[in-house]
Amino acid sequence: MRIAIIGFGSVGRGVAEVIAAKTTGLIITAVADSRSGIIDGSGLDIAAILRNKQATGMCGTPDITVSDIISSDAYDVLVEVSPTNAETGEPALGYIRQALAGGKHVVTSNKGPVALKFEELHALAADNNVSLRYEATVCGAIPLMHTIKHGIAGNEITRLYGVFNGTCNYILTRMAEEGLTYQQALLEARELGYAEADPTYDVQGIDAAIKLVILANAVWGMKKSLSDVDIIGIDRVTTAAIALAEREDQTIRLIGEIDPANEIIRVSPSIIPKSHPLVVRDTLNAVTIETLLAGEITLIGKGAGSSETASAVIADLLFIRDCYGRRD
Amino acid sequence: MKLEMKDSPGQLVSVIQPISDIGGNILSVIHERDPETGGDLLDLQIMCEIPEGSLDALLSEFRRREINVLRVGEERLLVRRSIILIGHLIHTNISDTIDRIDSTGYAEVHELSMVMPAINEPSSTRMTIKSDCLKDINRALAILRDVARDKGFLIIESLEGN
Repeated sequence: MRIAIIGFGSVGRGVAEVIAAKTTGLIITAVADSRSGIIDGSGLDIAAILRNKQATGMCGTPDITVSDIISSDAYDVLVEVSPTNAETGEPALGYIRQALAGGKHVVTSNKGPVALKFEELHALAADNNVSLRYEATVCGAIPLMHTIKHGIAGNEITRLYGVFNGTCNYILTRMAEEGLTYQQALLEARELGYAEADPTYDVQGIDAAIKLVILANAVWGMKKSLSDVDIIGIDRVTTAAIALAEREDQTIRLIGEIDPANEIIRVSPSIIPKSHPLVVRDTLNAVTIETLLAGEITLIGKGAGSSETASAVIADLLFIRDCYGRRD
Repeated sequence: MKLEMKDSPGQLVSVIQPISDIGGNILSVIHERDPETGGDLLDLQIMCEIPEGSLDALLSEFRRREINVLRVGEERLLVRRSIILIGHLIHTNISDTIDRIDSTGYAEVHELSMVMPAINEPSSTRMTIKSDCLKDINRALAILRDVARDKGFLIIESLEGN
């Protein structure tokens, strides 16, 4: 199967390295970053492209654009791993639309398009008999979508809740364990690269809420958008509040929750017993899936990071290879 | 509750039977002979959970069986829920906040722990409210959410609080 990678930052490079290093039956035929592109229908020399990217900041030449790649017939699966735009989803949304409409499979780590236009993209993929996979958009390396769609297929999911943002979890863990103030813990998270220079998106619960939107639409077909989520962030949580919870063997974590029967979709700091499986440390994510047949299932793992995101993208690619690859 | 009964075989069963008959659950029984009351009388302390509103029926059944009820302890409300409020609790009339729950008649503020770091900084308060059923606790929590919104508090509820 021939792969085109759009976005050659740390995730894109990570995906390329794994494909180049393993015998997966996948070959990379096109790569583009924001400034350049390269296409070779018979397969690219990934090691050379990685060296070129490191030396010049470009993976290919400026005269080949993302549009050239997407409208070409040099690939079977589009790997869309460019940076997220949560407001418009562009330009990734346009790329994904065009690839699906052209009968190409799509694997993306890009939350924006999936959260904003899930219904449209899902229908477009179905109409063209191709697969749209987005494991990396929710909880990084945790195989959450795969578990729900395949691992426990046939179960009715009654409720889903958990820790969906590693930055917030790190800050709350440090406030609880070291008695740091919110500002001190945020500063530390920034120094360690766990928080962006502008942490608004994480600490105000927006990132977690976007993941809930994707899950609500993908798991229950709910047609929700970000404005349907009740969102409270962690930026007003005090160290004293956490200490009050800890006195009773409890703590505070930012919990995202979808409870369809009670019409709840919310992100909010919540009091939770310290013995609860969702109380994970540092930047980990954890999600509990409540089902009718299987009972409760809790998944814990790394929710962010380039190799973790690449892991989810690779898993989606190999799933598509196994389902569709032999037809080629 | 504290009961007084004759020290003769079968008397303990006559106390336990009515509790069981109304669907109660006995948590502890302290059964002792008080040297001061002497000979044939026995003091018995029982702690039990019984269905809402069944206490009067139980007491009249004890009277019918000639068991003397010396004292009925505090009738404890059973459902508790803790929340944490962050904000200017004192400056926004804390009595009013508490009274909004206490005046409902079905729930009350049971415990408050407050940490006030410095003047003009928001305080953090753990509040436990209690009631005798889950439905009323949820009604009380809904009132607290309204109060929190009106007074600008951050309200942190427990995960199981649905």
